[in-house]
Amino acid sequence: MSSVRTPEQELARFRGRLAVAGVVALVCFGLLVARFFYLQVVRYDYYSTRAEDNRISLVPIVPNRGLITDRNGTVLARNYSAYTLEITPSKVADLEATIEELSKLVDILPKDRKRLKKLMDESKSFESLPIRNRLSDEEVARFIAQRYRFPGVELKARLFRDYPMGSFASHVIGYIGRINDRDLERIEENEDTANYRGTDHIGKAGLEKSYERELHGVTGFEEVEVDSGGRAVRALRRTPAVPGNNLILTVDLKLQEIAEKAFGNRRGALVAIEPGSGGVLALVSVPTFDPNLFVDGIAPQDWDELNTSPNHPMVNRALNGAYPPGSTFKPFMALAALMSGKRTPGQAIADPGYFDFGGHHFRDDKVGGHGMVDMYRSIVHSCDTYYYKLANDMGIDLIAQMIGQFGFGTRTGIDIEGESSGVLPSPEWKRRRFKKPEQQKWYGGETISIGIGQGYNSYTMLQLAHATATVAAGGVMFKPHLVKYIESAKDGSRKLIEPQPIKTIPIKPEHVETIRRSMVGVNREGTGTRAFAGAGYVAAGKTGTAQVFSLKGGKYSSRIAERLRDHALYIAFAPADKPTIALAVLVENGGFGAESAAPIARQVLDYYLLGKLPAGVAPEDPGAEGSMGDGAGE
Amino acid sequence: MALVSDFRFDPRKWLLKVLSPLDGLLALIVFAIIGFSAVVMVSASPERLDTLALNIGVALVVMWVAASIPPPRMMTIALPLYVLGVVLLIGVALFGDVSKGARRWLNIGVARIQPSELMKIAMPLMLAWYFQSREGMLRVRDFLIAAGLLLVPVGLIAKQPDLGTAILVAAAGFYVLFFAGLTWRLILPVALVGIVGIASIVAMGDTICKPDVEWPGLREYQKHRVCTLLDPTSDPLGKGFHIIQSTIAIGSGGVIGKGWGNGTQTHLDFLPERHTDFIFAVLTEEFGLAGAAILVVLYILLIFRGLFIAAGAPTLFSRLLAGALTLIFFTYAFVNMGMVSGILPVVGVPLPFVSYGGTALVTLCLGIGMLMSIQRHRRRVGT
Repeated sequence: MSSVRTPEQELARFRGRLAVAGVVALVCFGLLVARFFYLQVVRYDYYSTRAEDNRISLVPIVPNRGLITDRNGTVLARNYSAYTLEITPSKVADLEATIEELSKLVDILPKDRKRLKKLMDESKSFESLPIRNRLSDEEVARFIAQRYRFPGVELKARLFRDYPMGSFASHVIGYIGRINDRDLERIEENEDTANYRGTDHIGKAGLEKSYERELHGVTGFEEVEVDSGGRAVRALRRTPAVPGNNLILTVDLKLQEIAEKAFGNRRGALVAIEPGSGGVLALVSVPTFDPNLFVDGIAPQDWDELNTSPNHPMVNRALNGAYPPGSTFKPFMALAALMSGKRTPGQAIADPGYFDFGGHHFRDDKVGGHGMVDMYRSIVHSCDTYYYKLANDMGIDLIAQMIGQFGFGTRTGIDIEGESSGVLPSPEWKRRRFKKPEQQKWYGGETISIGIGQGYNSYTMLQLAHATATVAAGGVMFKPHLVKYIESAKDGSRKLIEPQPIKTIPIKPEHVETIRRSMVGVNREGTGTRAFAGAGYVAAGKTGTAQVFSLKGGKYSSRIAERLRDHALYIAFAPADKPTIALAVLVENGGFGAESAAPIARQVLDYYLLGKLPAGVAPEDPGAEGSMGDGAGE
Repeated sequence: MALVSDFRFDPRKWLLKVLSPLDGLLALIVFAIIGFSAVVMVSASPERLDTLALNIGVALVVMWVAASIPPPRMMTIALPLYVLGVVLLIGVALFGDVSKGARRWLNIGVARIQPSELMKIAMPLMLAWYFQSREGMLRVRDFLIAAGLLLVPVGLIAKQPDLGTAILVAAAGFYVLFFAGLTWRLILPVALVGIVGIASIVAMGDTICKPDVEWPGLREYQKHRVCTLLDPTSDPLGKGFHIIQSTIAIGSGGVIGKGWGNGTQTHLDFLPERHTDFIFAVLTEEFGLAGAAILVVLYILLIFRGLFIAAGAPTLFSRLLAGALTLIFFTYAFVNMGMVSGILPVVGVPLPFVSYGGTALVTLCLGIGMLMSIQRHRRRVGT
């Protein structure tokens, strides 16, 4: 290269290199243009979509949850707007220090901290979690003045769920709670994910859960143009949310309240049903709980209290608790006998006070027996021997077939979850229930105690009330339901939940009449006489006392003696000739049904049929419509 | 009468005399690009239009002054300018201000200056002067000396660290060597090694971009830039964000663009550095492939006009200077558009005459002025 060249040679070489440079430049620019062509023409759709995705953010508009009212318009669940202070743990450098600083501005109780900790365990760190709910105006003002000091802490105006009646009817209403992983899975399964964007809460129990779809509403969306920091620049389009529908229940809250108060401190359940429709008038499980505790994540302390209480307030005894029906089973046995032709009403037996079968001595509770007992007397005086014999004559298969028609041993299909199917004993059931061959065998002796509602018999109060209502309606069975109307929050239009007749049991009217007459006799001259003395109407009833068998898993076996006492039961319908209400009552370890269960039924019927309030219950709220039964004045 | 009319003030003649140092074609191309830039700037950063006008005014004056300086005069300032540049660079290394992790600025009391910027012009000037002084007796030694003159300031700039400017200064020097006749036997193997090297980096991107792998001689952020280029999604919120967003801006522009002022990427702050290094993304988002093509054509015209001037330049000095300056414009334009569209790493190189920035604009117009001067004096110092 260092060889000396002439200026002409130098110039020629220089110009050659210029040409090379020119070509290189052209190639390079060509490369760029090719790249632009690729981005802007070939992949235009892709990048165009990316740019739109960047720009447009869909902001969900959460719908207002529907209200729940009783049949008279008393509000059971509603929403109110309040401020909540929320923390996004991932955006906060030192959570403890931040909460410490915050507690100087707003009250933060140890309970709040514990709840936050629990919520953090259950959720992802980028989720915004409440540290304090329902701030006072003063606290809101104090925080706003200092909010610049708290990155990652936000003040949010939100709708809160409120249950104004507190613990009344809590097993019916249920509660909502923050959406957890399991709820999310279910939402995904139902392909509801889009509709739950922006929603933090979901129905967890009771009607709040089973009518979640109606109550939630349809989430609206606002298309917002956002900048790179995610700040909204302007709204482009808005699809308003459709608020959730309101539920108007068949339940009469006043009736519910009277029934719950009638139990006092005792545990138990009561279900009252309108025989002609299946509408549930009251569904009581006591003790109850305050659903308001659950709305924003229950504090661990409250949760422990509810769960460790020996009274199990979270168990819905009316639906989930299965109990032997005791003597309340007898009218159904009698009906089964009439229907199958195993007995006529006048056919009488001589009761020596016991029944011997296979070397076993089944005793009546009256020493010496009731003498000559026909069907009427067997119910009025609750004669066990009559039914030992009847059961033996019918045999277990016929009993199971006949009794099963009344819905015993089958879920009623009521519109809330958690229903137990109970046990309708039969050889077939026993084969399914037990594993060892010697346990699978059905013994004839087992049939005998089935006749008096003991043995393997185990039913829910809902089933018992349901069966009673079916008899009261002359054999027409309606599906029990708690919701009467679904009301559109948009235009106020109401959709009636039509009573659904499930089937009509083929009973002869004279057979129903026999049972009705016998059950009226119970309250007139039998075991219910004292409880129904002076009632201004005619009620058909039957008392029952059940030996403590088990409450799903036999939790009582190791409890103190009180817990080993018999359960008291009572079933009734009234007015006897044209029933508007049918019910079943259970008082756990209440002893005799006549003593503890029947008086509760009396209070309920007095209010429903006569509008009579027991002492200690405030009169109807002004404004709410009265709800007397049709049969008042019987 | 003719004499009288000579003395009368004739605005048309005066204007022609004032404009005489300027090369009409070159001026037209540069004005067109600057005009386009102003249009884009109205959308990208309207609040900077006043300063932009001032910058353009100053740059045009500098261009006019440079165009008025005959090439021999330029030769006389080549060495002092180079020496001054190196001294200032050493000053930066010793006393410079640190900004954004790099020591680039020197506070000289009245203002803060960036001596590396000066080197972009001083370097080709110096080397062209050196080769001119050795004209007719070039030896290998001269190329070695030239390489030394090149590497000292490049090393100082790279150490700041300012890889973008170091590459531009090195390129400027290399172009002079190239036009001076650096043997292909040296250029081709280096180019080959470079191509193979880049290809292997692309191929092995996954392994060498692992966090614990150190790259000899390069800083962590430089490694990061290359790795981000290889896979922008590896760091979508950090360094990759710039490339991802600018690619989206370009791609979503389509053929004719979203329209002036309608760039969503631009106006909703998704584009970083939208008035400086990434202004090309704004241009293409709003004016599409059509706008990009117009700009590329303008650059091609500029470069071919420059190469044409170099071809007709009378002395070795002016030839080398004109050729090198022209290729610097090319390098600026190619590197910037390449990085914004995601085929080159992000190395802080502005888009010539379009990116906002007074120093760069003045430097570029100084270069244009020199080209104009070379074109105007091609016959006066004929061979």
